Amino acid sequence: MSSTPTATRSHSDFPDDGVVRAADGTPLKQRLAKALRREKLRSFLLIAPLLLFILLSFIAPIADMLFRSVENNIVQDTIPRTVEALKAWDPAGNELPNEPVFAALHDDLAIAVEKRVHTRLGSRLNYEKSGMSGLFRKTGRAIKRMDEGDYKAQFIDADEDWGDVETWRVIKRFSPAYTPGYFLNAVDAEQTSEGIRMKPANERVYLMLFNRTMVMSLMITVSCLILGFPVAYLLAHLSLKASNMLMILVLLPFWTSLLVRTSAWKVLLQQQGVINDFLVWTGIIDDANRLVMINNQTGTIIAMTHILLPFMILPLFSVMKTISPSYVRAAKSLGANDWTAFWKVYFPQTVPGIGAGAILVFILSIGYYITPELVGGTSGIFISNRIAYHISSSLNWGLAAALGAILLCLVLILFYVYDKIVGIDNVKLG
Amino acid sequence: MKLRTVLLASAASMAFTGQVVSEDLPPCDNCVDSMTLVSWGGAYQASQVKAYSEPYIAMTGVNVVWDESSNEAVAKLRAMNEAGNVTWDLVDVVAADAIRLCDEGLAAPIDHSAVLAEAPDGTPAAEDFGDMIVSECFIPQIVYSTTAAYRADVAEWNGKEPDSICAMFDLENFPGKRSLEKRPINNMEWALLCDGVAKEDVYDVLETDEGVEQALAKLGTIKDQVIWWSAAAEPPQLLADGEVVLASSYNGRFFSAIEEQGQPFKMLWDAQVFDLDGWIVPADLPEDRLNRVMHFLKFATDTQRLADQAKYISYGPARASSAPLVGKHAELGIDMAPHMPTDPANAKNTFLYNYEWWADNRDDLDAKFQAWLAQ
Repeated sequence: MSSTPTATRSHSDFPDDGVVRAADGTPLKQRLAKALRREKLRSFLLIAPLLLFILLSFIAPIADMLFRSVENNIVQDTIPRTVEALKAWDPAGNELPNEPVFAALHDDLAIAVEKRVHTRLGSRLNYEKSGMSGLFRKTGRAIKRMDEGDYKAQFIDADEDWGDVETWRVIKRFSPAYTPGYFLNAVDAEQTSEGIRMKPANERVYLMLFNRTMVMSLMITVSCLILGFPVAYLLAHLSLKASNMLMILVLLPFWTSLLVRTSAWKVLLQQQGVINDFLVWTGIIDDANRLVMINNQTGTIIAMTHILLPFMILPLFSVMKTISPSYVRAAKSLGANDWTAFWKVYFPQTVPGIGAGAILVFILSIGYYITPELVGGTSGIFISNRIAYHISSSLNWGLAAALGAILLCLVLILFYVYDKIVGIDNVKLG
Repeated sequence: MKLRTVLLASAASMAFTGQVVSEDLPPCDNCVDSMTLVSWGGAYQASQVKAYSEPYIAMTGVNVVWDESSNEAVAKLRAMNEAGNVTWDLVDVVAADAIRLCDEGLAAPIDHSAVLAEAPDGTPAAEDFGDMIVSECFIPQIVYSTTAAYRADVAEWNGKEPDSICAMFDLENFPGKRSLEKRPINNMEWALLCDGVAKEDVYDVLETDEGVEQALAKLGTIKDQVIWWSAAAEPPQLLADGEVVLASSYNGRFFSAIEEQGQPFKMLWDAQVFDLDGWIVPADLPEDRLNRVMHFLKFATDTQRLADQAKYISYGPARASSAPLVGKHAELGIDMAPHMPTDPANAKNTFLYNYEWWADNRDDLDAKFQAWLAQ
C-alpha cells in the first residue's frame, strides 16, 4: 500500500512542520483558497452577462446623464477664440472688452452660424441670464452683413446688449468646461457678478416642488398603510380559499395598466363624474357645490394611493403570514385584552413588513410622474414632472440632470436615515 | 406575394376611380423601400394617411411606418442627432418648431421650387406657397388656428353667449371652468388683448418685463378656474364631459367634436390665431433615404393632394392653388369651406401670430410662465 510513489513521497519528502497538506504536497489551506477562487470565478462568469447588461444599459446611461449636470463644453466649443481672447479681460471692471475680443467673436460666430450651432449656445446662456437666447439669434442674422473692421460698433449696432458689461461677464463666467450653474438653478439660486444668491421670489419653484414631493409622498405612504394594513390582516387570517379570492381582488388592479387606472380615476372624480353625481343624487351636496377632487393635490393623493396600495399590502401580507397565532393566544391566556394582545404582541412583529411596504411605496411615489401629470393639475405635480418637462419640452437637459441627481441623493439619504432608525435588516418582503 | 399584388392593384384601381392619382409619377432612382413618417396622431394623422400615404403606397409599394411623436419632435430629433442615429425620414411639426429645428441645424434646408411640384398652371412651388414658407427648412401643408369653443347649454349664463375671446377672462358673465394650453404662446397675447392692449402693440408690450407681468396678472384672475391642457384632444373631451364651459384648442379638433360627434359646442372664432403645420426633413439623411423622402414630398405636397386632405379635416391647404379645389367632407358630405379658419366669416377678427418674435423670446417666456404656473 505504501509502495505508491506519491504516498512514499508524502511521507518522506515534505518537512513535518504541522502544516496539513494535500496529497500532492501543497498546503491544504492553499488548496482550499484555490478551490474557492475557482468557485468564485465560476459564479462570477455566471452572473457576468447580467452584470454587463446592467453596466451597459443602466449604470452607464445614468452616469452619462448625471455628468450633463456639470458639463459645460458648449461655450468653449462654439466660441473658442472669444473665450481665449476674454482671458485678458477683467470682468470686475466696468469696461467693455476691447476690439480683438469683438473680432474673435465675429470669427467664431461666423463659423457657428454656418454650422447652425449659435442658437444652442444662446439657449444655454439664456438659462443663466434671460435675453441671451434672443441676443444670439439676432446677432446670428446680422453677422453675415458685417463689414471688416470696428466690430465693436457693429455688434452694439446689431444688438445693444453687446454694449452691456453684464453680457460679457455671463459669457466669461460660463466659459469653463464645468459649471455649478445647473445645480444652483435646481435649488433656486443663481450665480451673478456679486456671487451666489437666491433667485427672485417669483422665479423660485424647485425647492417648493422638492418639498411638495416629499410631503405628498409621505401622505401617500401613510394613507397606503392605513388602508392596506387591515386588508393584509384580513388576507392573512381568512381561510385559504377566501384569502385567495380576496388576493385576486388586490392583484387584478395591480396588473391593470397604469394609464387605465389613472383615467378611471379621472372619470370617477371629475366634477361631472360618478362620485359627484352620486353625492348630488343622494342630496349630500347640491348641484352648485360639486366637490373639486381632481386636477389638484387631492386627485394625486387618491389616485396614487390606489395605484401603490398593492406595494404595501403584499409585503405586509407575507410578513403577517409567518406570524404564529400562538403568541397572541399566549398573551390572551395571560390576561391581555384584545387590544393589548394586538398592540403589544402582534403589531411589533409586523414592523418589518410595514418597513418594507413603506420604503417601497415612498421611493416609488417620489419618482412618479405619469399619474400626477394626468390628475394633478398644477398644484398636484411632483418634481419628476419638471424633470420630464425639461427633458422633452424646454430641452434643458443639464437642469433635468441636476434635478435628477438631487432626487437620487435625497433617496439615498432617506435610505440611510431609514437604515439608522428602522434597520434595513428588519425589512422583510416575505 | 400574389395576395399583395392583388391588394395593391385593387387599391390602385380604387384610387384611379377617385381620381386621386397623379398622372405622371416618375420612378424613384436609388431609393430605399421604406420610410418613417412622424405626425401628431388622431384625426389629423388619419387625414394625412388617407390623402398622402395610402395613394403613394398604392403607386410605389413602399413600406410606410408612422410614428406619433410630433409633440416631442424637437427633443427627440436633438437626441437622435447627438447619438448620430436619426431613424426618422420626415417629421410633421408646427411652424415655430420648424424654425427652431432649422436654426439648430437639425432640419435640412429645402429648395422649394426645385424639389416640389409646381401648381397646375405652372406657378413655381415657392411662389404658390408664398408667405407660408416661414423657414428655409419648412414645407407647409396646412393652415390651422388655435381658437376657442364654448358649450351652448350652460344654464348659469342665462342665455348669453360669448362673442369675444375676452369671455375667457370674464368670470362674472360666463362663470365656470376653462381650459387653456399649458404654455405661454397665445395665452399671453389673449390676456393682453383683453387687458386693453391694442392688437398691433401686443408684442411690443410683451417684450418688456412689465408687459409679461401684466399678461400673467390677467391670467392670474382666472388661474384657479383653469384646467391646463397639454394634448389638443383634452379640451374637446373636457367640454364634452361638461368639466369646462370654455376652452381653447385647434379648430380641427373642435370641428370633429361638433360636426362628426354632434357635441353641443359652438366655435368662437374671435381672435383666432393662425398657425402653420408642415414637414421638415431631418438633416444629414443618407442619400437613398433622402431620395425616397423627396420623391414622396413632391407627390404629397402637390396641389391636388393638399386639397384632398381638407376632405378629412377642417384645415386649410397651404398652397394658394389648392384652395379652389377644397370640396366636401369625405364621409359627412358637408361643405368644408365654411369650417376653414380662413373662411371670411370666421376670419373677421384674426390675431397675427409673430413667429420670429416667439423664436427669439420663447426660452425666456417659457421659463417665466412655467414658474408662474407652478406657484
